[in-house]
Amino acid sequence: MQPSSRDDFIIAIRSAFLKKENKQKFSLSALIILTLSILILGRYDFKVINYAKLSLKEIAYRSTFIFSTPENVIKNGFIATKNHFFVYEENKILKQKVKDLEIKKYNAQYIQTENERLKETLNELKFSSDEILAKVIVDKQSPFLKSIIVNKGSKHGVILGMGVLDQEYLVGKVVEVNFTTSRVLLLSDLNSKIPVDILPNNIQSILSGTGSDIGKIQYIKEEALIESESIVYTSGAGGIFKPGVPIGRTIKNTLNSEINVEFYSEFSQLRFVKLRSYKAEEN
Amino acid sequence: MTELSKLSIFKQLLEKGPIILLFVSTLNEFDFNYLGLKYFSFNFPFILIYYWSLKRPGSLGYGLIFLSGLFNDAVVGLPIGVSSLSYLFICGFSSYLRNITLRPSRINDWFFFGFTILVVNSLMFAISNIFFNVQIVYEDVLVNILFTFLFYILFSILFELYKNFVYGASSV
Repeated sequence: MQPSSRDDFIIAIRSAFLKKENKQKFSLSALIILTLSILILGRYDFKVINYAKLSLKEIAYRSTFIFSTPENVIKNGFIATKNHFFVYEENKILKQKVKDLEIKKYNAQYIQTENERLKETLNELKFSSDEILAKVIVDKQSPFLKSIIVNKGSKHGVILGMGVLDQEYLVGKVVEVNFTTSRVLLLSDLNSKIPVDILPNNIQSILSGTGSDIGKIQYIKEEALIESESIVYTSGAGGIFKPGVPIGRTIKNTLNSEINVEFYSEFSQLRFVKLRSYKAEEN
Repeated sequence: MTELSKLSIFKQLLEKGPIILLFVSTLNEFDFNYLGLKYFSFNFPFILIYYWSLKRPGSLGYGLIFLSGLFNDAVVGLPIGVSSLSYLFICGFSSYLRNITLRPSRINDWFFFGFTILVVNSLMFAISNIFFNVQIVYEDVLVNILFTFLFYILFSILFELYKNFVYGASSV
């Protein structure tokens, strides 16, 4: 009797997945079962798996830093060459910005002093902060997840949920802490959602990542009240971030009336970041 | 004698080329993001694993492929095990194709690769999304699949040349 095509199919599948092939130490099926076990146990926070994950991540992040060195040299060379062509134009823009900022600085100093005085009068909350300076060791932003790895971990006092700043601009928060490294989820990641305050109209909303270079304002009724070029700050709702940390400025999308946010910080150029935790202090 | 041993070390290194390249690519994650090409990305490890599992299974050990998947997850930030599972499934698909193929053809391999990455990516992102609540931009995934599919033919030619150089034209 001739074997049917169904039999051939089953034999080929069995041979591919179940039989241990020549020169292979493990069969595919055994490794697939092992991987599934890791996934399932990892999903339910099994302790042994978590420790194994931490060790693996420490090794992977350090190795990635070393392996990325040649690519980083090329990348930095490329960026330096690109920047060189725009120096003249950039200089003109920057000169104008400095002038504008000088004017704003004097106004801001006055407003800040007035604000502190009024807060004291109102007996409002004050914030104290702990800051850790960290170096970005891996900034491999995959097409799917936007995150960076920094060289500070639980050993240096990093805790989950710390705000991450580039100069004074918010860029993300700590979502994973290892012994000497941590992962920072950038604001541009699709999974990032933070409460924000949009000025000058003082509108509370949620800023979501889009997976690209911009953010999106969500869950808002008064879209018409938000103008282009409005400034987006953290609102402090939820107690994760201090209120008033600048994030970016709004851009109205004329095609679909969505409100996007252009971040102040260039996420692909991060070298050093500040990890900051806040504590509210009673007056 | 020294010359001979030097040659032998060099040959061994060349023979380990695919596995070295796999680890470099998972740890280094060739992304070209700095070029600013908004819709450009492709999955190099998928191409590498599929080609070498199909054409010369001994050159990539399943255990090492599994390990490189774990490293990839740690670097990219996916749940640990997702990439390993997808890499192992690619090995399974290529092994199946090898078992049923009498007369290999590059075009057949290419189209089967397209089918493979569609299935494997669906599985990978279904697990990430359903069980680990990871949000994904589906357009980016589709673009990634498309470029991975298109680049297979280019890399398969390059790998063929490398294979012929290291193992000889008649090697299997």
